[in-house]
Amino acid sequence: MADAVHIPDEAETRARWGNFAWTDANAEQAKVVLGRYPAGREQSASIPLLDLAQRQVGAETHTQGWLPVPVIEFVARQIGVPYMRVYEVATFYTMFNLAPVGRYHVQVCGTTPCMLAGSDDVLAACKNRGLVKGGTTPDGLFTLTEVECLGTCANAPMVQINDDNYEDLDYDRTVAVLEALAKGETPTPGSTISRRASCPEGGPTTLKAMVDENHDYRGEWGTAHAG
Amino acid sequence: MPKLKVDGIEVEVPAGATVLQACEAAGKEIPRFCYHERLSIAGNCRMCLVEVKPGPPKPQASCALPAADNQEVFTTTPMVKHAREGIMEFLLINHPLDCPICDQGGECDLQDQSVAYGRGQSRFGENKRAVTEKYMGPIVKTIMTRCIQCTRCIRFAEEVAGVEEIGAIYRGENMQITSYLEEAVTSELSGNVVDLCPVGALTSKPYAYEARPWELRRTLTIDVMDAVGTNIRLDSRGRQVLRCVPRINEDVNEEWASDKTRHAVDGLVRRRLDQPFVRVNGKLKPASWDEAFAAIAAVDHGGSVAAVAGDLVDCETMYAAKVLLRGLGSSLLEGRQTGMDYDTSSLAAVNFNTTIAGTEEADAILLVGTNLRWEAPLVNTRIRKAIKRGAKVFAVGPETDLTYNAEWLGADLALLGDLPEAVVKAFANAKKPMVIVGGGALKGGHAASLKLVETLGLIKDGWNGFNVLHMAASRMGGLMLGYAAKGGIADLAEAKLAFFLGADEVDFSRFLGFKVFIGHHGDKGAAAADVVLPGASYAEKSGTWVNLEGRVQRGERAVFPPGDAREDWSILRALSDAMRATLPFDSFAGLREAMYAEVPALREQGLVTFDWNPPALDGTASGVLEGYPIKDFYLTNAICRASPTMQRCSAELVHGETFAEAAE
Repeated sequence: MADAVHIPDEAETRARWGNFAWTDANAEQAKVVLGRYPAGREQSASIPLLDLAQRQVGAETHTQGWLPVPVIEFVARQIGVPYMRVYEVATFYTMFNLAPVGRYHVQVCGTTPCMLAGSDDVLAACKNRGLVKGGTTPDGLFTLTEVECLGTCANAPMVQINDDNYEDLDYDRTVAVLEALAKGETPTPGSTISRRASCPEGGPTTLKAMVDENHDYRGEWGTAHAG
Repeated sequence: MPKLKVDGIEVEVPAGATVLQACEAAGKEIPRFCYHERLSIAGNCRMCLVEVKPGPPKPQASCALPAADNQEVFTTTPMVKHAREGIMEFLLINHPLDCPICDQGGECDLQDQSVAYGRGQSRFGENKRAVTEKYMGPIVKTIMTRCIQCTRCIRFAEEVAGVEEIGAIYRGENMQITSYLEEAVTSELSGNVVDLCPVGALTSKPYAYEARPWELRRTLTIDVMDAVGTNIRLDSRGRQVLRCVPRINEDVNEEWASDKTRHAVDGLVRRRLDQPFVRVNGKLKPASWDEAFAAIAAVDHGGSVAAVAGDLVDCETMYAAKVLLRGLGSSLLEGRQTGMDYDTSSLAAVNFNTTIAGTEEADAILLVGTNLRWEAPLVNTRIRKAIKRGAKVFAVGPETDLTYNAEWLGADLALLGDLPEAVVKAFANAKKPMVIVGGGALKGGHAASLKLVETLGLIKDGWNGFNVLHMAASRMGGLMLGYAAKGGIADLAEAKLAFFLGADEVDFSRFLGFKVFIGHHGDKGAAAADVVLPGASYAEKSGTWVNLEGRVQRGERAVFPPGDAREDWSILRALSDAMRATLPFDSFAGLREAMYAEVPALREQGLVTFDWNPPALDGTASGVLEGYPIKDFYLTNAICRASPTMQRCSAELVHGETFAEAAE
């Protein structure tokens, strides 16, 4: 129960990633990141550099990216921190993948607000599309993970796919998002029912007079409106 | 100096003290798991909750709360009791109830504290968490389901041992303590995490399922694996020493012990010499004591007798041998087995004058030809503390990992006469500078190192920064007793009769005369000897040892020597009769009295002061140091070499062999 996924550290992983080094662009970016912290505090760059490394691995493998152990060690060497300290960080944050994932990492939120708003349908849609929790589809496109709250409760249910959120989902809209991704399109991130950010569904429910122009409510304080 | 009240008792504590320390000062017991005096404060077990006024109306973790003036602390109120019970209940949610099969049973903080502060029964009906075992090396056994995540082991590895290889991975309920990628922890001090672990998650692998603490007889003695003189307690049952744990001595080992100190004890029951042997036609044949003595007495030595003291022997043995030699008309004594011949006319010039505890205060340190990590791991931890206080460390010698960053100047001893600008400047600004000369540099660099006393200004008011680091437990005692020939061991090679007191590292081919080995393990010494007399190891005799800083310490006998083996001094006493040069004492107490009369400094336990009058030595140092004297930390003496645990450590940690773990 408490044991997480097996972290690959076999000879093949070492052979494939042992020579990991920044691309020229990322080397520049790494310098920028390191420049944000004073000398002697390079350890602070652990998270941004791990993220950069994961993205580079993603670009190289044409997936969302993951962190093979030799890459974690590469980052640790770059900031002069013992391997263990960076390894702890990489295992702590769920945003870092410790095993290979697919092109799209579908993270379905299953925490209470999303569950009440129908995350079961979202999961069912994923399942019927062939996605398996904790696994990658045979075509290498989708990896499905059920995660805890991603902080978009007002737009529940939602999924996070790579860097984008898709919100206000139901069964059909989830299928549509997945189909679009499979076709190589990029569906518009955010709410799938065209509401803006987390504004109330179907227009404002309060301060309605403020929608078109500024309105001074002060004269109405304490009147029937309050009821 | 904040003044505060703990349960109505007024106490005054030093500035910076915590509420927990204030409670202890008031004589109140505060339960704790994560807090440890010698480690940084984590504050994550929450067991030390107390009620503090003024403050928020909730219990507070006393280990992480600074004591302040006019605080009122309550440790026995219903709120505190309730809070502790709650914490204990949470801790036990995922803790298995496997005390009957747990090695920590009987000396477990969690067990004791749950009896004292816990509730009568559990309200937790769900499944418990289980965590797989982690591999941490040949010393530490893990049963991680028992872990309560106090993080003491992580903090120890990082702060004291200096190897950041233990950490906590994942988070929340999934948090697990592990070594990096479950590889062996490459520290000489890894065994200490077993003592630190407040539960049975980290236990001693060699001692697994051996005994319960209440079955053991505890004997306080001194460790002989290196020259630090770690204060230890040997736990024995029947005739066997089952384990060795450190005692607290702030001046010497604090409360740590190296893995060699702890785990070489299983070598005490292996490869032992338990009866005398006499070489007949080139082969060693078992013999009686009388036959062995007769064979020695028959040697026509004509006064040409030598004694070589091994690294582990006590002062009493060396003194008895010295008196025997005197009776036979000789004074050929030597303890520096490997052929060192440094000047010993002034013992202060070969002593660790700064003292082990004093090392912490140094602000500029130069290491000359010493791999402290292997030669004296517990001096190395003091240097780490000095660095934490801001000391700068330079080193001359081949580069090696000391667990901290030293500035390596090069391996050429000629550097001592021509130190780089940075070093000279650092030492000129230092208030407490120190130089540590290791065994690797003593041969060619003693004179040049002594000159540094002047050039670097090592001696200041109340501070002596010149240090020689010995590696043998017997060395300082031996030097005090005169076990040093002018030309080193080469002076003894001609002797017609040579006694080897547990000396195994000698080049025996240089000794052409009759060789008598008095020792406890069948190692090189016994193999080369003409007569072997079975003696007692450090666990089997009371004795006096002088550590590298000149601290006289005494140990007690824990068990009896096996078979026909006897305590060394009584062997020498009986042999002296057979050689018609009877020793002038009949009892151990008599021996000690005679020894004290001759070397009064050995009478009182504690630090001996050697007057600083260094010899005027000529010569500049030159030559490149190829390596350090200790090639394998785990196999430095006959006891370790007989120990399966040390052999395994050596194979795995020094020589990089991998061992497949049996599937469980």
